[in-house]
Amino acid sequence: MSSTPQRSPMARIEQRSIVDMISHGKRIDGRSLTDYRDLKIEVGIIEKANGSAQVFLGKTKVMVGVKVETGDPFPDTPNEGILTVNAELVPLASPSFEAGPPDENSIELARVVDRGVRESKAIDLEQLCVEPSKKVFVVFVDIYVLDHDGNLIDASAIASLAALLNARMSNYEIKDGEVIFRPGYRPLPIKNRPITVTLAKIGNSLVVDPCLEEEQVMSARLTAAIDESGRVCAMQKGGVEGLTIEELKAAVQIISKKANVIREKISEAAR
Amino acid sequence: MFQEKRPERLIDLNGSRLDGRKLDQLRQIKLEVGVLDKANGSAYVEQGKNRILVAVYGPREAHPKHIALPDRAVVRCRYHMAPFSTEERKSPAPSRREMELSKVIREALEPAILSENYPRTTIDIFIEVLQSDGGSRCAAINGASLALADAGIPMKSLVSACAVGKIEGQIALDLSDLEDKYGEADMPIALMTSFNKITLVQMDGSLTLEEFAKAVDMAVDSCNQIHEMQKTALKGEYLMIKEEVEEKEGSEGAGE
Repeated sequence: MSSTPQRSPMARIEQRSIVDMISHGKRIDGRSLTDYRDLKIEVGIIEKANGSAQVFLGKTKVMVGVKVETGDPFPDTPNEGILTVNAELVPLASPSFEAGPPDENSIELARVVDRGVRESKAIDLEQLCVEPSKKVFVVFVDIYVLDHDGNLIDASAIASLAALLNARMSNYEIKDGEVIFRPGYRPLPIKNRPITVTLAKIGNSLVVDPCLEEEQVMSARLTAAIDESGRVCAMQKGGVEGLTIEELKAAVQIISKKANVIREKISEAAR
Repeated sequence: MFQEKRPERLIDLNGSRLDGRKLDQLRQIKLEVGVLDKANGSAYVEQGKNRILVAVYGPREAHPKHIALPDRAVVRCRYHMAPFSTEERKSPAPSRREMELSKVIREALEPAILSENYPRTTIDIFIEVLQSDGGSRCAAINGASLALADAGIPMKSLVSACAVGKIEGQIALDLSDLEDKYGEADMPIALMTSFNKITLVQMDGSLTLEEFAKAVDMAVDSCNQIHEMQKTALKGEYLMIKEEVEEKEGSEGAGE
């Protein structure tokens, strides 16, 4: 069951000053309304994972590990590999996170990232079939939030894509339906690079990449994933208020412009 | 086990869809209010093959007490699918999808509820999907907003929802199960109709920016259409009560 969340512990005066500044086109960390925070991407930091990446988005820190294993295909897609995205909001990352089974926030985070990767067909799942209806490769994308300073969705999506681009699986051949590993590595079959960008509505303004304080005062949030051809491939609105129709359309325009800039950064980092 | 097949075409040469609808046509919608005895408010929705029951309990004392908020009601929402509601049996344990939908449906309805009128209480919305046929979250929102009104909970507006998607390269309204599965995109939208504010948007698939803008307009139009149906359903319920009361008064008067 989903419940109204507790209100943020931030003082009213601080909340008002954030909203006030934004109505004058300024933000508490000095950015313009459409600026992203500093983005740093490191890849290949976990040797035991097939692929890994760590993303620093301002003070937000997210690590993603990719593991590739064999498993049973789903009955309705017998000749496709499987993509599984999971997110852990581990308690070391924020005073508001608690240990335990995934809550609605971590499930939403994982599912929004999953939708971007899946719907843009970023991974060619048909190439990950070993034997139709019997055995396929399963790609596990595990998102690990290490420090929560806002906009976990974008940080996680960027880290997931970087880790997928970084991922290597062993060379293999298929003999009598069994996978026999050979020396050497090959990359995962990546066909598309979707970029997820989140905007927050604060007062009457839309701001790109909200930090934690901004998330605590935002009335609504819009996330969209844009693929390489500039198409929208996933979207999710969040937050306790609505967006006008004009705001929704304007937001998607801003997001699609911003996505191209970030895509270049990821490709550079993952190279 | 019945095995569905991928239909050869989702739109035939005359431009009509699998169920004979045009691209901009809603499925048959049936809305009923006050269908459950114990709940404070309830509604039943049929949209295509969707069959959904919604109950609202509250405002009532928060249980356990520590979940109460000092300045407003806690709105809780559970979207749940019956094990027999889908082609394959669905485990009754809440899935990740159901947990996400519970959250987005709550966020779609909460902006409309004047929850600050009822501090320290809970307003519980229970949605049971008895049969699902694509677009069940939208049908659920339409029903839930009626059930809230039926419970007498003050709201700024009714919330109306409708999905719009893309099949065979064309923007189409209110996708059915098969169209969602084999189509190119699906985008549910919920609208607080009195304020023209969008309280839920989700999307998966692939849309160009132009298609997206067109789809939003189409969804908003049909949300307004559904809003009228919701008003009729609500009024219908109270007209019936009024008639009953008048009849009773009439017969009592005759007896005197």
